[in-house]
This record gives sequence, C-alpha cells and structure tokens, in this order.
Amino acid sequence: MATKTKAIKISQKHLLGIQDLSINDVNLILKEAEKFIELNKSKNKKLDLLKGKTQINLFFEPSTRTQSSFELAGKRLGADVMSMNITNSAIKKGETLIDTAMTLNAMHPDIIVIRHQDSGACNLLSQKVNCAVLNAGDGRREHPTQALLDALTILNRKKKIQGLKVAICGDILHSRVARSNIYLLNMLGAEVNIVAPSNLLPKDIEKFGVNIFSNMKKGVKDCDIVMMLRLQNERMSSSFLSSNREYYEYYGLTQDKLEYAKSDSIIMHPGPMNRGIEIDTKLADDTNMSVVKEQVELGVAIRMACLKIFCE
Amino acid sequence: MMKKKYFINANIIDPHNNISEIGGLIIGEDGKIEGVGKKVNKNNIPSREKVIDLKENYIFPGIVDMRVFVGEPGYEYKENFRTLSNAALSGGVTSVVTMPNTDPIIDNVSIVDFLKRRGRDKSKINIFPTASLTKGTEGTNMTEFGLLQSKGIIAFTDGIRTIQNTRVMSRIMNSAKDLGSLIMQHAEDQELAENGMINDGIISTKLGLQGIPEIAELIIIERDLTLLEEYNCRYHISQISSGKAVEIIKDRKDKVRFSCGVSINNLSLNENDIGDFRTFLKLSPPLRTEDDRLSLVQGLNDGTIDVIVSDHKPEDEEQKRLTFAQAATGATGIETLLSLSLELYHNGSVKLEKIIAALTSNPAKILKINKGNLSVGNDADFCIVDINKPWIVKQENLVSKSKNTSIENKRLQGKVTNTYVKGQELYNI
Repeated sequence: MATKTKAIKISQKHLLGIQDLSINDVNLILKEAEKFIELNKSKNKKLDLLKGKTQINLFFEPSTRTQSSFELAGKRLGADVMSMNITNSAIKKGETLIDTAMTLNAMHPDIIVIRHQDSGACNLLSQKVNCAVLNAGDGRREHPTQALLDALTILNRKKKIQGLKVAICGDILHSRVARSNIYLLNMLGAEVNIVAPSNLLPKDIEKFGVNIFSNMKKGVKDCDIVMMLRLQNERMSSSFLSSNREYYEYYGLTQDKLEYAKSDSIIMHPGPMNRGIEIDTKLADDTNMSVVKEQVELGVAIRMACLKIFCE
Repeated sequence: MMKKKYFINANIIDPHNNISEIGGLIIGEDGKIEGVGKKVNKNNIPSREKVIDLKENYIFPGIVDMRVFVGEPGYEYKENFRTLSNAALSGGVTSVVTMPNTDPIIDNVSIVDFLKRRGRDKSKINIFPTASLTKGTEGTNMTEFGLLQSKGIIAFTDGIRTIQNTRVMSRIMNSAKDLGSLIMQHAEDQELAENGMINDGIISTKLGLQGIPEIAELIIIERDLTLLEEYNCRYHISQISSGKAVEIIKDRKDKVRFSCGVSINNLSLNENDIGDFRTFLKLSPPLRTEDDRLSLVQGLNDGTIDVIVSDHKPEDEEQKRLTFAQAATGATGIETLLSLSLELYHNGSVKLEKIIAALTSNPAKILKINKGNLSVGNDADFCIVDINKPWIVKQENLVSKSKNTSIENKRLQGKVTNTYVKGQELYNI
C-alpha cells in the first residue's frame, strides 16, 4: 500500500461556488466524502480531525436540512460548532454583513458557513475575514455542497456520471441548486436537460451548455436522472405561473411523464418538497426510484469532507 | 475688478462657433470673453501686457453636465453644493443640471427659492436646478411647470424614476407644449425592471442577480416618442443604454424633434466590469454588453446621441459596503467625465470636436442656455486641458465628498489643468 502519491490540495481558499472549482478539487472532495459514508452509519460517529477548530454557522435564511447537516458534520469531526441565530442577533438591529463579519472574525473562527438571501453575500464575507468561508447557498447564485452531494448520490447509485443524461426540472430561475448542478454535471461529463416553463428560465441559460425544454415529456426522455426542484413561491413577487394546479399538470413529476425516462432512472429532489405541486407524493416516497433520503444522508458526508478540506 | 487676461498658442475647440484651431483667448476685466480664435496672437496684443503661452494645450468651453445629483437638501453627507462645485471644477465642468431627487424632493416653488439661494451662496459654478415632473416623483400629479419655470427651474424630470402611467405622461407633454417646458425622461419601465440590478443576460444569470431587460428601456422610449408625435413638446431622453435604443432613436429622429443623452459609464464600461459583485458598478441604466457599448459609441458618432452626462450620483461608503442587492445604485463621475470621454478620442472611436460638442454646445442648446461656448461677450467659462497627461483614478484623490467612482484605478489620458468661471481661475492642478 506504500504507493507514493503526491497529496492533492484544494485550489481554493473558500468554497463559494462550483464555478471556482477544478475537476481535481471536485474529485478530492468526493473521494474524501466517500470515506465518511461508512463512518456515518457506524455506532461511533465521532472523530477528532477538527478538534480545537471553531466553526460558525451563519444562516440568514431559514434552513432545516442544510443547517443541521453542517452542524452535525462539524460535530462529528470534533469541531466546536456555533450556530448563530440571526433573529436574535445584531443583524436584526441593523448591523451590516461586513460589520458582522468583522465581529466574528475577531473571535478567530477557522471556518464560517454562510447562507444568505442575497447572491454574492459569501463573496463579500470572504473578502473580509481571515478564515475559510463555505457557501451554504447565496441568493439564486450557487449552492455548491448541494451539487456535490447530488453528484455523490448519483455516483453511489450509478457508479459513474460521465455520459449520463440528467433532467433538471422546475423553477430554474430562482434556483441556486440548478446553477451549481449545471456547472458540476457539465464538468463531470453528464448531458444536462433543463425542463421549465419559459417564465422560470433565467436569461441566456442555453449558453451554459444545456438543452432547454418546455415540454417535460420531451425533456425527461431517456434520462438516467430526473432532478426536481422546489417551486420557490416565496421568491415570486409577480405572476410567473397561473396556478399550482396547472403547473402540476404540465411540470409536476407524475408517473405518466416519468414513463419517458429510462426504466432504471432515479428521482432526486433537494428538498423541502411541495408534494402535489412539483412531484407526485407516491413517487416521492417510492424508495426504488426516489433517492431523496439518500441525498440527505450523503449530504452530511459531503459537508464533513468540505469542512475537513477547507479547514486545513 | 480683475485684470485683463491673454492666452495665446492654445488649441481652441468651440463647437458652438465652429472653432477648432490654434489661437488665443482674451478675457476682459468684467470676466467676459473679448476675443477668441486664430486672430488672437502675440502680434495683436499690446507688448506690455502679460501673455500666457499655452503651448498648444487645449481650451474647451466649460462643460455643461446635464445629469448631476447633489445631496442638498437632505443628503448633505453625500454631497453639498460646495463639494459638488469643487469636484466639478477639477473636471472642467462649469455648469450643472441638478436632479430633483433630494429630501424633500424639488417639487414646489418654496423649495426652489432655498435651492437657488444655496446654489448661489455655496457654489462657484453655474447651477441649473430641475424640478420633478410629478409631486414627490410619485408619477401621478404633475408639478406647476409654469410657476416653477418662472422661479428658475430649467427642466422637469423625475430623475431616477419614470412616468409609468401613459395618461399622466400624455398630459405632462401636453402641458409642457403650452409652457415651453423641457421634459427629461429616465426611460425605464419600472414594472419590467422591478428589483433589477444589472443587465439581463448571461452575467446576471451567472451572478444570480435579477436582470433589467433592455426592453424596459425600449418600451418607454417607443411609448414616449409615439406620444410626442401627438403632443409635441421639448423632450429629452436622459440616458440610453442599449444598441436597440440607438436604432429606435435614429429611426425616429427623422419624424419628430427630441434629444437624447448617454452616461459616460455606458460609453466606457460594460457588464463584464461588474466582475465579482463590484457594487460601485451597480448603475441605472445598467451597464450592458460590449456590443451595446459599441452601438452607443456609434450613436454618438452619427449624431443619434446628442449629449454625454456624468450621471454623478454620490453615495457614501455605507451604502456601497453591502451585498449587491442591498447596495445603493449610482457612481460619482463629474470630475472624471472629461478625462474618461477623452478615452474615446485617444482610442480613435470619436472625433474630439464631437466629444466636446456633446459635453458643451449640445446640452446648452437643448437647455436653451447661453453656456458651453466661447462667444465674444459671454461669461468666460472654460477649462485648459493637457490632453495627453496620464493619470490614475484613485479614490483618495477624488474631490467629491463621496468616493463611489466606477473607475477606481483606471488609467486615463488627459487632465484639466485650469478651470475658469466668469474669467476667474477657480481651479488649477
């Protein structure tokens, strides 16, 4: 086992987006994460890799799974994890993001995990602090750990990504998950179909090297992966859609539409799901096809890998 | 009374009088121009008089900047009349048209008296205030164009806002026609541009920022020019940002009389300059693609665009040290307006005479003011420019009270060395 391989290092100081990563970076994170999958299933889940390190979770937007996933990941690696409750903090009293950053920086954290409703908030933070910054979702720009955990889930099931056909369906316009996944899946050699009503497509998305479909059956045809996105009603200020009922009719994942995908296709969803709006509730719970729970499970492993790599 | 001044051997450009030649300038004791052009030279100046040899440096008429935001009243911490005029002078600007978006908004006669008094007492340059088109710039009830005009208001605009309601706009134009008022529209459909931050395109998709489609600009321009055919008033589009707008305007200029401006930002920068969320480049209208920029330059060249403005919008650092979505819109630019415009001359895009006309005689003509020229008998408002002098824009060297320049660290060629207002030297390098 004494093969001498040069340790590959991550090229970035921060994890702000998939856009910044090289394929080596991605492979490094995925490999590292694989090691934690078994650990997370075992009885003793605690390591001391990040013992003595301080991790601050700064969530400006409500989040259940991402925040708890990062918290658990940090704790399993032995870090001291502090989750800031924004509703009680100085930010509510009018403190700006930069001032908050300065304050936290003075406490010498080793890593800050940030979720913010504004695109680019993590970039701004990273310019002002000395430690590594991990983006847990910024506006509609990027959600890199979600894309990485999705890739790990696909690898786990399909053993490869190169050459697979993936349909990303739904509210692309408001989705950071879609953007990060497009970058990552393209990088790893998958063919990406985008399925959405035109009102939910961002401008010039075709220039990202994806195929665009407004007809869902055509869009999911022969796909290995059908990735559904949450309809982000809270981000919609004006009339994008006529009704949820009509949306479900045309863009909700139902058995008849799924027939067009490959017979061994899998269904993914970053959660939380709007059952009966973007996905049929039976399909969502079909453990043969839906890997939603697996995504959550592997999410912890991915975040452990990211924390470990970017803490170093 | 000041001493008479003689300048010789200058490269004089005065588009209003079709002058572009080596010559001199004589300033009388009353601060008025007594002679200009090639006929003014060493041979016809009394030999005992002191003569300033400009060694072929340039003399331009004082620049008339048609779109300037001043913080007075209400936002004095961003810019007041004193700091604005110092910034203007350092850029060769001697006349400014100020926007009504202050606190309170300039929408009634009593506030105009205050404004004129402050402008007169605190400012060294010529201030031409505008009032809003509608009360509170709310787009519903028009202001008293006639009364405001008689108090010295030069034009009407809602500044950063657009008249959204077509019926209101038609009535504004109809009134302006009766009263001879100049209407300046910020052309952006506010519904299409709602929450928009930058150009709608691949960059906005990549950065995850809400885009402002060019159609937001086009639809207002098309609407207003259609109205203008029916209600023919003095109408000016404050600034345009897209190649398609240039096309529409070029086409319509044959049919109906109006004028159009462009911000120096849109002539010099494009959406790629926003880079990694640089909030100082969050502008309205937004920076668009390089193709759009090139079309705007072409529009300036062929006379489709009449005026270049600085769109000087001072914002304190606190309003810019935020996420892109939260940051204020706008950049300062009055002191770099000329130097940045000269880039278009140095890189061979636009003739110097054309640039100077867009900064002096054209705005003066639209505003119907006797400024922006070097005619004999007029106030000697002018600047002397070393057209090749290289310099680098640095926040710490800027004169304006706010430092939100869109071109920090940019290398420029050409610098104002002296600025005169009414024959008095008020700035030198």
